[in-house]
Amino acid sequence: MSGNMNLTLKVWRQKNDKTRGKFITYQANGISPDMSFLEMLDVVNEGLVRKGEDPIHFDHDCREGICGMCSLHINGRPHGPKQGTTTCQLHMRSFHDGQTIVIEPWRAAAFPVIKDLAVDRTAFDRIQQAGGYVNVNTGGVPDANGIPIPKVVADEAFESATCIGCGACVAACKNASAMLFVSAKISQYALLPQGQTERYSRAQAMVAQMDTEGFGSCTNTGACEAECPVGIKLTNIARMNREYLTAKLFKEEEAH
Amino acid sequence: MSKSKHLLSSSLGKKLIMSLTGLFLCTFLIVHLIGNLQLFYHDQGKAFNDYAYFMTHFTPIKAVSYLLYASIIIHAIYALILTIHNRKSRPVRYAMTNGAANSAWNSRNMGILGTVLLVFIVTHMSNFWWKYHNDDVPYIEYRTDLSTQETTATELTADGFSEYTKYTDNGVEITKARDLYRQVQFAFKNWGLVALYVISMAALSFHLIHGFKSAFQTLGFDHKRYAPLIRFVGIWFFGIAIPIGFAAMPIYFYFFS
Repeated sequence: MSGNMNLTLKVWRQKNDKTRGKFITYQANGISPDMSFLEMLDVVNEGLVRKGEDPIHFDHDCREGICGMCSLHINGRPHGPKQGTTTCQLHMRSFHDGQTIVIEPWRAAAFPVIKDLAVDRTAFDRIQQAGGYVNVNTGGVPDANGIPIPKVVADEAFESATCIGCGACVAACKNASAMLFVSAKISQYALLPQGQTERYSRAQAMVAQMDTEGFGSCTNTGACEAECPVGIKLTNIARMNREYLTAKLFKEEEAH
Repeated sequence: MSKSKHLLSSSLGKKLIMSLTGLFLCTFLIVHLIGNLQLFYHDQGKAFNDYAYFMTHFTPIKAVSYLLYASIIIHAIYALILTIHNRKSRPVRYAMTNGAANSAWNSRNMGILGTVLLVFIVTHMSNFWWKYHNDDVPYIEYRTDLSTQETTATELTADGFSEYTKYTDNGVEITKARDLYRQVQFAFKNWGLVALYVISMAALSFHLIHGFKSAFQTLGFDHKRYAPLIRFVGIWFFGIAIPIGFAAMPIYFYFFS
């Protein structure tokens, strides 16, 4: 088919987190510009399977930019060259025929490589479990609009809640800091009345877990915001700092 | 929810220290620049030398100066601690990164800029602060005729000087002081030093363009109306006006004095 591309891929191959990995070069021929990046890798993997070789492992699930499973550091940027997209939403038309594409896993001490391009992001789950929830009393179902919330506040909380937990912020940050993720998760509850009960213990617990997992600190470069596929804003990090410092300095007795 | 760590051992606590010491150092720059603008007076350095005596002998100023030295050291040490921690957070580096696509150069290189500034501060203090405190500067006597306000200056030898004195004798105000102004003139005739100062002020500019607004972000200050004001002050006042003011001094003395 005309218009198809031939590409050179330099892919990080690593057996598991105990062994050292290295780049292996593959040819991806006859790639349609309409394929997604993951479909391109599927094609390469089919070729590898036919040759009896181990296919390239990479994370993926919904393939429509919702689940946050796909990752990949493509030519030096998380989720590739486009802004506001996940890797599954990245089309091969963003590349040109004959291009060399370097594909690496997310690099962070807190995200150990499971195999090849797949990394273990359960550190995010543990941070979420440390405080990213609200207590709900059992009993009758509350009325849907029983608690009045201004539209702007609801919108802001919703924007924070759009974080899909893909880890691109950690991957993009020169310090492998998870603060954009953690701040989005703290913000979505801090803004809403339902989140007030655990407000100050939440900020402390989630930040403590973030530090325990071995993520770096924020230097406010803004790389996370620029690379976030769903546009989580740096404002969230300022809010997290505010929540945490308020909790530590003034609200210690309210933390439980 | 689990018990959390002590504030200052947390990542955000360390950032708080960076932010507060950094902002304190910013306020120092304003005072330092305004004071040193007296170098531009055409008064044979009288105002500047009086000011230097005041700044080193007025107790509240001395107290603040110790806070200042502590801030410089703490800011540098915490920067080092955080940098080491941040490096450990990514033990395997990327083979390919494109930082320019998502962030500003200065925001990614605050450590390098800060190191330039630390080298500068050590050089700067050994040139002026150390020499002034260790009697390694010349001495001067000003005689100001109080009726005509005319001032004449004569250099004093070490024998003719014991300490800073100011008295009026027969309508003439006599001031004997350590001549830090002469030391400034002398130092800024060295083109290598002038170049170091100008380069360091460029580093200061880039450091503060990112650092000033970043300090407020770390403190959790974010506001639709006032955050743009802070960005403006960070760029135009701390990032541009102040470094230009400081850089003008070595340039002025090298070329025009």
